[in-house]
Amino acid sequence: MASETAAVDLGEYKWGFHDEENPVIKIERGLNEDVIRQISAHKGEPQWMLDFRLDAYEVFLSKPMPNWGADLSGIDFDNIFYYLKPTEHNSRSWDDVPETIKNTFERLGIPEAERKFLAGVGAQYESEVIYHSLKKELEDLGILFLDTGQALLEHEDLFREHFASIIPSADNKFSALNSAVWSGGSFIYVPPGVRVEQPLQAYFRINAENMGQFERTLIIVDEGAYVHYVEGCTAPTYSSDSLHSAVVEILVKKGGRCRYTTIQNWSNNVYNLVTKRAVAEEDATMEWVDGNLGSKVTMKYPAVILKGERAHGEILSIAFAGEGQHQDAGGKVTHVAPNTTSVITSKSISKDGGRSSYRGLLRVNKTAEGSKSKVVCDALIIDPQSRTDTYPYINIMADQVDIGHEATVSKLGAEHIYYLMSRGLSEAEASALIVAGFVEPITKELPLEYAVELNRLIQLQMEGSVG
Amino acid sequence: MPDLVIRNLHANIADSDTEILKGIDLELSKGEIHAIMGPNGSGKSTLSHVLMGHPGYDVTAGEVLFEGQNLLDLGADERSRAGLFLSFQYPFAVPGVTVANFIRMAVNAHRKGGPDGTDDPIRIPAYRKQLMEAMELLEIDKSMASRSLNDGFSGGEKKRFEILQMAMLKPKIAILDETDSGLDIDALRIVSEGINRLIGPDMGALIITHYQRILDYVTPDHVHILMDGRIVRSGGAELAHELEASGYANISQGVSSDGV
Repeated sequence: MASETAAVDLGEYKWGFHDEENPVIKIERGLNEDVIRQISAHKGEPQWMLDFRLDAYEVFLSKPMPNWGADLSGIDFDNIFYYLKPTEHNSRSWDDVPETIKNTFERLGIPEAERKFLAGVGAQYESEVIYHSLKKELEDLGILFLDTGQALLEHEDLFREHFASIIPSADNKFSALNSAVWSGGSFIYVPPGVRVEQPLQAYFRINAENMGQFERTLIIVDEGAYVHYVEGCTAPTYSSDSLHSAVVEILVKKGGRCRYTTIQNWSNNVYNLVTKRAVAEEDATMEWVDGNLGSKVTMKYPAVILKGERAHGEILSIAFAGEGQHQDAGGKVTHVAPNTTSVITSKSISKDGGRSSYRGLLRVNKTAEGSKSKVVCDALIIDPQSRTDTYPYINIMADQVDIGHEATVSKLGAEHIYYLMSRGLSEAEASALIVAGFVEPITKELPLEYAVELNRLIQLQMEGSVG
Repeated sequence: MPDLVIRNLHANIADSDTEILKGIDLELSKGEIHAIMGPNGSGKSTLSHVLMGHPGYDVTAGEVLFEGQNLLDLGADERSRAGLFLSFQYPFAVPGVTVANFIRMAVNAHRKGGPDGTDDPIRIPAYRKQLMEAMELLEIDKSMASRSLNDGFSGGEKKRFEILQMAMLKPKIAILDETDSGLDIDALRIVSEGINRLIGPDMGALIITHYQRILDYVTPDHVHILMDGRIVRSGGAELAHELEASGYANISQGVSSDGV
């Protein structure tokens, strides 16, 4: 049975409820080699994957905690559950999903969205994907959309060719952690020339207290193909912390296009430390649309490596930092090939003492002559208690390049709100409208359903705020 | 009773001892046009913002009644919904929100919360029709409806869009704060003609201006001279001409206790 109390007590966050746990497997708290061996054994993985995990674990132990970004000192790795299997099977029909879990996803609106406008859905609950679907006609076109663990077992060659090829486990401490204990996530392959017109969506739900969720996503968009992948996430509100640390690797081959949209709405007790990187080959386009509304701390900088000539990378980042939250977000682009182009647009909002940081890296290699890039980061501060910082790293090694960088910080002023109120809007309507307008360059890029959802979430966050 | 009654209104800059309004008395009804003229720093804009509910001022004495209701008890949004409108001298930009969407929200805010608490949002075709008619009246290019409100607009465009909002919200009393500033002669004519079309038995106006200019197009019934936070003289339209001829300095010297 779902518990309603948390959601009621905490008012604003609508998804703070949790279900009673009824796991098939729950490995004891904390991390050691044995835990990793148990995870791998439960999954029936080949030996090479266990070896990969154990190597990554060594790397994780050897790397210090990153100290250049948000405060991570509150993470207690010994107090986290690293693997929890909630159901026996990954179902293809919601009817086969246990009632409690199905109800949770219904409250989150997933089956409804699936009926209305999605090409396929993956639903992960704790460590495992418990539901997966892909429209029959897409399956017939040779598209693969399945959970990553299953992909390892069923498509080992394709999997092994690309897995950890873009983000090696030693990339950073949290990619190493993910590599050691990964479970779930989406594996997508779109064959040459195939365009998936409706989005594929994955939804990630943490339910248990002190849960660690470590999904691993791998997307391969073959030549001239297109896919839009959307992910959403929520968790119950608990007094102690949970950890979400994903790794997402994407390869967009010649002339292909991939758009990856995230609407992250974790509860305020989740550390969200995610590594996302894409490689775009010749004439390919990679777009990250990254919305961070929830979590306690987020550190996430979706990256694009423009490897082929004329490749294009685009990162739209929106962060909303409320009370007790630090959103350290942004994007990274590396221009490797000539005549590549990129745009990074970041919008952040800080409120009720929240802190948002834009952290971005733009790197243009010597080999990337003729490249163009534009970085725009705008911050909006709602009240004097809140904070915003900008850390734009720019490293240009080529000579013939066109680089633009703009940054603005604006404060939501009482006079600005007064102007809108003088037209009859209430104070809450006025401030929500200003914020909605501020993020409009990003919401207009979203499919209507997500734009509406994002605006609704922002409205919710802005309720009761004073200019 | 007149629709707007201002009695002995005193106001300070918020949280300070700086008094800007030092006892204003004024009565205004629908169908009337009043002009308030005064030199820079006399308190003209302060008066308009105190009436609208600007958070940057504290009312220290006096009262303002709007259709018999105590206006000073209401927030700016409630004053707007009650039928008061202020055309700002320096309107704010709202990036990312189109003119059409913004005005529709404002119109709907005015249609909200009837006596029975129900909402009555305007139907979109009817709204589009009204908006296009009002834009035509003010000779605004229709493509401007999909621009972000006041974002990158020239000073003159902003003023036109203030009057556009007035036309759409149909206030009972409109305060026009330096609406003529920043307008070239053609724009002044167009905006003034628009104002003349809108003012009528259902709407009165308080025109706040430094210069006589706009009053050549919009003829006031009453003219008040504001100096140092007080109305020092009141008269008919001829007072504006007298002022134009003799300047504020001479008017000031002529101030006597029978000024109001």
